[in-house]
Amino acid sequence: MRMMIGQLSVIFGVLIAALTAAAFLIWLERRLLALWQDRYGPNRAGPFGLLQVPADMIKIFFKEDWIPPFADRQLFVAAPAIITITVLLSFAVVPFAPGIAVISPDLGLLFFLGMSSLAVYSVALAGISSNNKYSLIGALRALAQLLSYEVFMGLSLMGVVMLAGSFNLNKIVEAQRHLWFVIPQFPGFILFFIAGIAETHRLPFDLPEAESELSAGFHCEYSGMKFGMFFVGEYLSITLISAMTATFFFGGWQGPLLPPVIWFALKTFAFICLFILIRASLPRPRYDQLLAFAWKLLLPLALLNVLITAAIVLALER
Amino acid sequence: MSILFIIAALVAVVAALMVISRRSVIHALIYLIISFLAVAMTFFLLGAPFVAIMEIIIYAGAILVLFLFVVMMLNIGRPAIDQEKQWMAPQGMIAPIIMVVILLGELGYYLLIINRTYKTSAHTVTAHEVGQSLFGPYLLAVELVSFLFLAGIFAAYHLSRLEVDTDGHGEEQ
Repeated sequence: MRMMIGQLSVIFGVLIAALTAAAFLIWLERRLLALWQDRYGPNRAGPFGLLQVPADMIKIFFKEDWIPPFADRQLFVAAPAIITITVLLSFAVVPFAPGIAVISPDLGLLFFLGMSSLAVYSVALAGISSNNKYSLIGALRALAQLLSYEVFMGLSLMGVVMLAGSFNLNKIVEAQRHLWFVIPQFPGFILFFIAGIAETHRLPFDLPEAESELSAGFHCEYSGMKFGMFFVGEYLSITLISAMTATFFFGGWQGPLLPPVIWFALKTFAFICLFILIRASLPRPRYDQLLAFAWKLLLPLALLNVLITAAIVLALER
Repeated sequence: MSILFIIAALVAVVAALMVISRRSVIHALIYLIISFLAVAMTFFLLGAPFVAIMEIIIYAGAILVLFLFVVMMLNIGRPAIDQEKQWMAPQGMIAPIIMVVILLGELGYYLLIINRTYKTSAHTVTAHEVGQSLFGPYLLAVELVSFLFLAGIFAAYHLSRLEVDTDGHGEEQ
């Protein structure tokens, strides 16, 4: 019984932490973007504009939740739920501190990859059920982009798996006790982070929603809380990719002096800020450039990384 | 464990039936995804978590996305759905249904009466064991599959290559 309560409290703790982080990211992103673009950002509601988050939430809850008559109703409603569900499920395998994770399966890394590949359906179904040309083009772009970047997202992590000798995220963190994997696996880290940005379709890779050409891409027909779900889903996946980067390459919860959870939160926060900095500074490439970049440069690099890491691991084992 | 397995298997079967009986292609695809997820669940319960995860990543997460991609390129409107309705006419389905029921009966008879030694989750097959058997006894099959993939990649590259006429006489051949 006590174990049940402990487990339940971890589950709800993770859920609440993830959702709160995602909500405050909206404010953080606007403030940081403003800082880097030399303006103020939202600074009126409450101290530092912090009450902007509840204000936005109230606004989005009271907006009219409209389903266009020409849309495929069931899929239209299901699509925004899929991204939130898959991303929150991925949080289940994140090791926040020693012993604090909802589950710690032996194939945790593959579970994360599986969930992120299912998240594609959210964008695809949103685009196709909206019955709108902009949405459809956005969804087509999203599908091709996410498929391409998923391929080497998995490959870029294989070096980490080889060094740790396990798919279990806890063991991966334990294996980084003496040396963070970012040092032996630097190419893997860069590849994974690029793939992560593409998977969350954030700014340099935000062609699925490119507002200047597709109005809002795949979620152009969405309003009210359904749009809110996409929005929160995007920030949740930023948090997830940041947490995963910290786990795979930067020693997870390991660090001196401070308690493990604080270390984990700090590392995750640093990558979230990097996400926002990249958004603030990089322009959007052309679509064919985006795909050529993935298949012609990043995929061979990921394969090479796997090959060299495997050779070195085998040579050292001798 | 057995109850969980039966539920997952039932979901897989019902979803598969929905796949062939839906009129809208997109809805059929969604049911196919659900069917794959349910099959992944049965693999998991049978003690093969690695296969289950691969089923999700490769089938549900990649191959069906390509299906969806193709469906999105087609402009499926009212006429296609009407045509589908015509194809689903009951008189055309009687013969196949009878044959399928015969096959199903044979399978059920074999599994339930003759060979009753099916079991669930004897032991869990780890990723390590999968790797060892892939690169041990099944090495030849893995190599053959990789040849096939390589040929597929070359063929796809050749078919999608842009015919750029750089020196003036590339198109004639």
